[in-house]
Amino acid sequence: MHEGNIQSSETEPVSSSLWRDAWIKLSKNRLAIFGLFILLTLILVSLLTPIIAPYGYEEQNLALGATAPSSTHLLGTDIFGRDMLTRIMYGGRVSLMVGFVATSVALVIGITWGAIAGFFGGRLDAIMMRIVDALYALPFMIFIILLMVVFGRNIYLLFLAIGAVEWLTMARIVRSQVMSIRNQEFIEAAYSIGLSRWLIIKKHIIPNTIGPVIVYTTLTIPSVMLLEAFLSFLGLGIQPPQSSWGLLINYGVETMEEYPWLLIFPGIALSLTLFALNFLGDGLRDALDPRASKD
Amino acid sequence: MLKFLLSRIAQAVPVLLVVVTATFFIVHAAPGGPFSADKAVPPEVIEALEAQYKLDQPVWRQYISYLGDILSGDFGPSFKYPGRSVNELIMAGIPITAELAFYAMLVALGIGILSGVGAAMRPNTLQDYAPMTLAMIGICMPSFLLGPLLVLVFGIELEMVPVSGWGDIPGDKILPSITLGTGYAAYIARLSRGGMLEILSQDFIRTARAKGLSESTVIIKHALKGGLIPVIAFLGPAFAGLLAGSFVVETIFQIPGIGRFYVQAAFNRDYTLILGMTIFLSTLIIIFNLISDLISIWLNPKLRDEISNG
Repeated sequence: MHEGNIQSSETEPVSSSLWRDAWIKLSKNRLAIFGLFILLTLILVSLLTPIIAPYGYEEQNLALGATAPSSTHLLGTDIFGRDMLTRIMYGGRVSLMVGFVATSVALVIGITWGAIAGFFGGRLDAIMMRIVDALYALPFMIFIILLMVVFGRNIYLLFLAIGAVEWLTMARIVRSQVMSIRNQEFIEAAYSIGLSRWLIIKKHIIPNTIGPVIVYTTLTIPSVMLLEAFLSFLGLGIQPPQSSWGLLINYGVETMEEYPWLLIFPGIALSLTLFALNFLGDGLRDALDPRASKD
Repeated sequence: MLKFLLSRIAQAVPVLLVVVTATFFIVHAAPGGPFSADKAVPPEVIEALEAQYKLDQPVWRQYISYLGDILSGDFGPSFKYPGRSVNELIMAGIPITAELAFYAMLVALGIGILSGVGAAMRPNTLQDYAPMTLAMIGICMPSFLLGPLLVLVFGIELEMVPVSGWGDIPGDKILPSITLGTGYAAYIARLSRGGMLEILSQDFIRTARAKGLSESTVIIKHALKGGLIPVIAFLGPAFAGLLAGSFVVETIFQIPGIGRFYVQAAFNRDYTLILGMTIFLSTLIIIFNLISDLISIWLNPKLRDEISNG
């Protein structure tokens, strides 16, 4: 299968049987495969939206107004006569992009922080992890709202703010993984043949932390998307003319008595995506990270 | 134990100071003054306003005097509600939000623990799969979607319950409490299932069963206390989540609680109100995290020994 190839291209640093075992285990988990299928479909649809969307993004038809789903407008139209399927496809692009970009920000900060703390250990580690502990205690939701209010509701700030919140757990996971790896013999061997610390971190330590990182990344994306939808719903996230599922749900609520489909379809899109990603993440955890117990 | 408590409190103080400082300087870094939105105000009026809110002084002096004010429990006047202090607005909102959070917590704990413990008693049967699948749906269904859907079905179509307000019409507290509580019920179900499964596999449970105790006695008298530790550890973060969730739920159901004030303050750019509320809510969250940490340590003998021994 296609996904199998993606997995195996990453196998070089780790023993290939680990990845093959994980893939076999994952492919037996029907819900996880369902999640993977939904995710890949979404990515594909998002990439192709400008080509396959049935109508233009800004295309209005005020004479038509809000209509229930029909053969010309599969998911109906909103009060401006805009096609809901098209709106949801474009909104999904933004929601997914926030999910991926903000998670990448979290990944970069979290991996770097956790790897440095875990690798050097000692005093530096104590200080760095104490900072993480202190940040955990902060009410970030409130801080993100504050940032959005003060510096304007700007999509790049949203990426950064959400990413800056979500890296903490990643740093903890990477640190504990690195700590357990750096004391193993093959690292000593790498030192003995004269590799620099940076090369050891890059070539040996980081690749070996990839399993838990993939698992946690898969679980971070839905929580980031939820955060974005939450903020957009309150009117503090994505701003028109851009759209996201949270914003569409916000509009849908205003007119749900008369036109319930304007609430229900974006709601299904968001829930289904969160559902798929959570199931995929759970499945990956069982497959890749047997030590982490499933609660 | 006392030493531990003191050290945790000592840790909370710098965190709070960071919160206050960061919030203060973020708000003061705002482009344009707080009065810049008001059109065509004579300059002397702006000067008078700025003097009233101490905006004519250097930032560091404002910071010092603000620190002094909040230490004495005074968050100052609101920018946008003339004549009302931030304290008044917080005090007006907090009882309502607290009541909402309390009912939501009851919903969450009641449904969550019952279904989680039930699932753990018969793992890998329908009694396990059905509530756990529902829990997954509960986690993936955000409150801002669940709330409107509940309103649509039970409020508008079936006309069973009122769709907005708080304490005005009998029954208007039902939907907000369920909306806010459901997501946490789902988490708690998963946590209590996991905790119970671990406890139920231990030797002392086998001993209890071997002495011929009934299953319900085994569960209630022996297993629950240990099995629910993860749930208690979750209550602190859950409280923070409930406060954030109240932003949405109070907006949907038009409840005049602290969450709705916060969102409105955000829209109005009411800087003193935002500043005061951020600090107030952060303090609350930090305190609740501390309490839930302490309770879970007190319930877990292993951790308790570790702490009293060193």
